[in-house]
Amino acid sequence: MTENNINSYAIEAKDLNLYYGETLAVRDVNIQIEKQKITAMIGPSGCGKSTVLRAFNRMNDLIPSAHANGSVLYHGKNIYEEDVDPVEVRRRIGMVFQKPNPFPKSIYDNVAWGAQINGYTGNMDDLVEESLRGAALWNEVKDNLDKSGLSLSGGQQQRLCIARTIAVKPDIILMDEPASALDPIATLKIEDLMQELAKDFTIIVVTHNMQQAARVSNFTAFFNLGEDYAGVLEEYGVTAEIFTNPKKKTTEDYITGRFG
Amino acid sequence: MRKTFEYEIQQLKDNILTLGSMAEQALLDSVDALKHRDIPRSQEIYDNDDLINAKRFEVENAVMVAIATQQPMAHDLRLLASILDIAGELERMGDYAKGIAKINIIMGEQKLLKPLVDLPLMAEKTVDMLHRALTAFIEEDLNAAKSIPTEDDVVDALYTQIYQELITYVIADPTGIERSNWLLWAAHNLERVGDRVTNICERTVFIATGELDQTDTSN
Repeated sequence: MTENNINSYAIEAKDLNLYYGETLAVRDVNIQIEKQKITAMIGPSGCGKSTVLRAFNRMNDLIPSAHANGSVLYHGKNIYEEDVDPVEVRRRIGMVFQKPNPFPKSIYDNVAWGAQINGYTGNMDDLVEESLRGAALWNEVKDNLDKSGLSLSGGQQQRLCIARTIAVKPDIILMDEPASALDPIATLKIEDLMQELAKDFTIIVVTHNMQQAARVSNFTAFFNLGEDYAGVLEEYGVTAEIFTNPKKKTTEDYITGRFG
Repeated sequence: MRKTFEYEIQQLKDNILTLGSMAEQALLDSVDALKHRDIPRSQEIYDNDDLINAKRFEVENAVMVAIATQQPMAHDLRLLASILDIAGELERMGDYAKGIAKINIIMGEQKLLKPLVDLPLMAEKTVDMLHRALTAFIEEDLNAAKSIPTEDDVVDALYTQIYQELITYVIADPTGIERSNWLLWAAHNLERVGDRVTNICERTVFIATGELDQTDTSN
């Protein structure tokens, strides 16, 4: 399972079941996510991969009918325990969405905002520059920091959202289809950036684009629909193995396009 | 852009050079051990062929992972397909060295039919061609890749010379036929190395131009 001998994980789901109302959406997920690696979650539509991703920072809490049982262990603590503040969870475990969603504010404020509300007391200019550099956007925007974030191209907006996410110094970055709204060149830029970011952060990415999962990730988790239409984690392993020699026939059928 | 893929390609090229050095060394050593009738050294070359085979599989596996995960196109795809091919060529060259080592082992206590002169020359020439062919591959040097195969004539001429010389020995003394055959096998192995160097050069041309032309070295 491990590429190297790593024995502590960035985050870990144990017997995790996720529901929307009475409906079981995802059954019994057990997965251990390696630190400072990129883990891709792939699978057919409706298999629950985005639901699992959102369970990692309690983003599902925002959907009224959604609830979880089992546990998500982060630094040894189940983030679903009552004394855990979901806002703090989301600061430590950030998220980047499918559609770039900058605030209708300046580029500078987009990056500074998260840190401001978290009571950041350091030098804000430095933080903004560092975050924009980290998101590989600095050189393109450094002379226009007061321009609206919305004036940027789609790919730049997505990198701005990544800068905003890393400005609050999370441990883990969750990415839900981060490049699906972008053209191929902007997509490859995001992928290069993800690999840069993985030097400092743990990244979990949900993608419909199997080739992207293959290109960018160290580990791949294949989710599938079970017989009762609840999603299950079918196979999880080193990406090179999953894409050259998967253990399960369902995985093989999915990655070779022979599904169903 | 695509730093991971670029890195993987660099690693693969490095591995081809490593595999090439292993084959070069094995070829030179196998002929030198035969020349000096050094059987323990031949045994070592024979055994170490496993390392060459393992390296070839390592390269193959890395190419498959790169194809599966990086979706190579155009030049990248030609390069990866050619690396698979070249790794196979180099592995077979290792087998030729192993074959020459085996000849020395089989000969046991028997003396060489004649002192080896042309055979080491053939080894030096083919290994030199191989070395330059691999450099041309790494640098995608089209001119070198096209001109190196023309030197195969020199190898073929040496082979013919060895063949004719051994025939005269056998005519003079038919009891030497087995010892003559052994040396002919060794020469034949080296002649095949020359042909495979040509194959490597053809791949280099293919990578650079997309054209796969058979270089005619049959004369």
